[in-house]
Amino acid sequence: MVEIYNFVVGPLAWVGWGIFVVGIIYKLIYMYSLARAKDYSSLDYMSLPFSLRSIFVWSIPFYATNWKRNPAMTVATFLFHICLIAVPVFLLAHVVLWQKFFGITWATLPDQAADYMTLAVIAACVFFGVRRATDLRARYVTSYKDWLILILVASPFVTGFLAYHQIFNYKFMIILHIVSGLAWLALIPFTRLSHMFLGLFTRAYAGSEFGKVRHVKDW
Amino acid sequence: MGAVEYGIQNRKVDDIGLIQGAARLTPERIQKTIQKVLAGETGAKLKAYSEICVRCGLCAEACHFYMSHDGDPSYSPVGKVKQTMWVMLDKKGKVSPEFIYQAAQVAYTECNLCKRCVQYCPFGIDTAYIMLVVRRICHLLGVIPQYIQDTAHSHASTMNQMWVKDDEWIDALQWQEDEARDEIPNLRIPLEKEGAEIMYSVIGPEPKFRTQLIMQAAVLMNEAGMDWTMPATTGWDNSDMAMYTGDNEIMARLKRDHFECAQRLKVKRIVMGECGHAFRSIYDMGNRALAWRMHPVPVVHALEFYWELLRDGKLKVAKPFEKTVTLHDPCNVIRGRGLHEKAREVVRAFCPNFIEMIPNREHNYCCSAGGGVINCGPPFKNVRVQGNRVKAEQLKATGAEVCISPCHNCHGGLEDIIHGYKLGMELKFLIDIIYECMEKPNAAE
Ligand code: SF4
Ligand code: SF4
Repeated sequence: MVEIYNFVVGPLAWVGWGIFVVGIIYKLIYMYSLARAKDYSSLDYMSLPFSLRSIFVWSIPFYATNWKRNPAMTVATFLFHICLIAVPVFLLAHVVLWQKFFGITWATLPDQAADYMTLAVIAACVFFGVRRATDLRARYVTSYKDWLILILVASPFVTGFLAYHQIFNYKFMIILHIVSGLAWLALIPFTRLSHMFLGLFTRAYAGSEFGKVRHVKDW
Repeated sequence: MGAVEYGIQNRKVDDIGLIQGAARLTPERIQKTIQKVLAGETGAKLKAYSEICVRCGLCAEACHFYMSHDGDPSYSPVGKVKQTMWVMLDKKGKVSPEFIYQAAQVAYTECNLCKRCVQYCPFGIDTAYIMLVVRRICHLLGVIPQYIQDTAHSHASTMNQMWVKDDEWIDALQWQEDEARDEIPNLRIPLEKEGAEIMYSVIGPEPKFRTQLIMQAAVLMNEAGMDWTMPATTGWDNSDMAMYTGDNEIMARLKRDHFECAQRLKVKRIVMGECGHAFRSIYDMGNRALAWRMHPVPVVHALEFYWELLRDGKLKVAKPFEKTVTLHDPCNVIRGRGLHEKAREVVRAFCPNFIEMIPNREHNYCCSAGGGVINCGPPFKNVRVQGNRVKAEQLKATGAEVCISPCHNCHGGLEDIIHGYKLGMELKFLIDIIYECMEKPNAAE
């Protein structure tokens, strides 16, 4: 167990993080050169202020028309994404690792808060799952990939929660937690999860077209 | 998927263009064409849209087709992409002629390219763009509803949409000049006046069956004291159905001809009539096809032109239009250009009893005629009328006697909706009201 643990927090972590970082850089360069080659008539209208305006506006819960129309989805979406990022970044147990390996450190969340936030992520995943299965708008366009992604995203949180509360075998859970977390990172650049960074650009483009050319709001 | 399999397969419409086009296809040709378009004409935009769409279905309620079909998800924007582009991408173009038939029906007749869904998707995914790529593929495969293909043929051979011959065009203008002179004896429709300030351009259907609009515009120009002209050559037609069939080459030729016509006449700007899609062609798609960031000659849409004339005191209200009116915001000039407040200022100046429909401005629902759907002709009339029940409800809720629709396509679409749902509303262009209620200093007593 100890060797496996050392392996996953050592070499495997490097691989997971490596694919995540290099993958995103590669993807951004690839998409940008493709856009320059093939989508110049769109790229040419990009505008920084309108891009930022659009990203900003859509980041406010219940501001855009469609956020208002779908309150449950809005709450779930915002809660999910905020906790999804905040928990792994500010969890004491994670920051300790950064300190141990790289000697850097930053603010942390109280464990109790992180625990609730983890539950919030899991609850949101359940909500998304139920919605996917029952809301025709989503169900009609759902494929097995969407289920896999949902499971992939939920698993580090479920395993982390179980490990923290020492439910089942702690050592086994923690390894599962790290492996699923790394798999999640590594897959971000190559799956629908790439909306994490590509979504900013499609939003920016919509904002630019609507703001600069069409002179209307895109929300 | 439960008991009901939603989708286009349940609602296929017989159309000779689609039937014969699909009959000519082979799987090899389909695959080659799809791959050619995907590799040659699309890039990061389509890739990003397809990859990051999280299949949440939040765009559904943006679309009047979805809103009018009791929650049938195959009418939602993402539902349409699922039935067309995703399959083409997944199968790398290995799809059947039957699939192309259905994809063509979705892309040409169940999406108005109104871009309302862009405003509803958290990532701003542009389903209209994706539908245009599908149309482009169908165009190259020759699977296009017959009526709209006929207009594209007309564009290609006559440079106008309605097979109007050169002399018929000039005849129509002289006829309308004559009509106008009953009321305004000094009125001329100046043809080919080099160096005029304004070239007035219209769409092909105006000389064909909405000729009174030319007369009314001439009266407005005359009474406002404009230095204007109309061309006697091709280039007079600003419309563009090729843009909607996916014939990008003809689209570019048409726009070049239009702008070169204005440049030949050395006018300072083009003023165009109350048309939405022609504006899109000039401002959004045709110019880009020609690699122009913006139109090379300034272009002013009628709505903005009326507003300018009012502001400058050249257009004055003689009497108010008393009936209760509502205003339909045409997608291509409102969501496409933000002319909603100017349109309202003009409407309010003439119509004291103005009622907003809800939603309005850039959130207005499309008329369901746009994007070339009405041009797909009678076989698809029910598709767009039934596909826009929500518009009928929206109109009805205003309780207005008159609906102003400052766009040709919208006009056609709303007419069918008003009749189809027995709303008993009058439908008008804005120029109809302006013409009726403006001061006409040169009018004969
Ligand atoms: S009709 Fe309009 S809202 Fe519906 S899919 Fe097409 S562009 Fe989107
Ligand atoms: S709202 Fe956007 S992300 Fe969601 S299904 Fe529609 S297109 Fe995809």
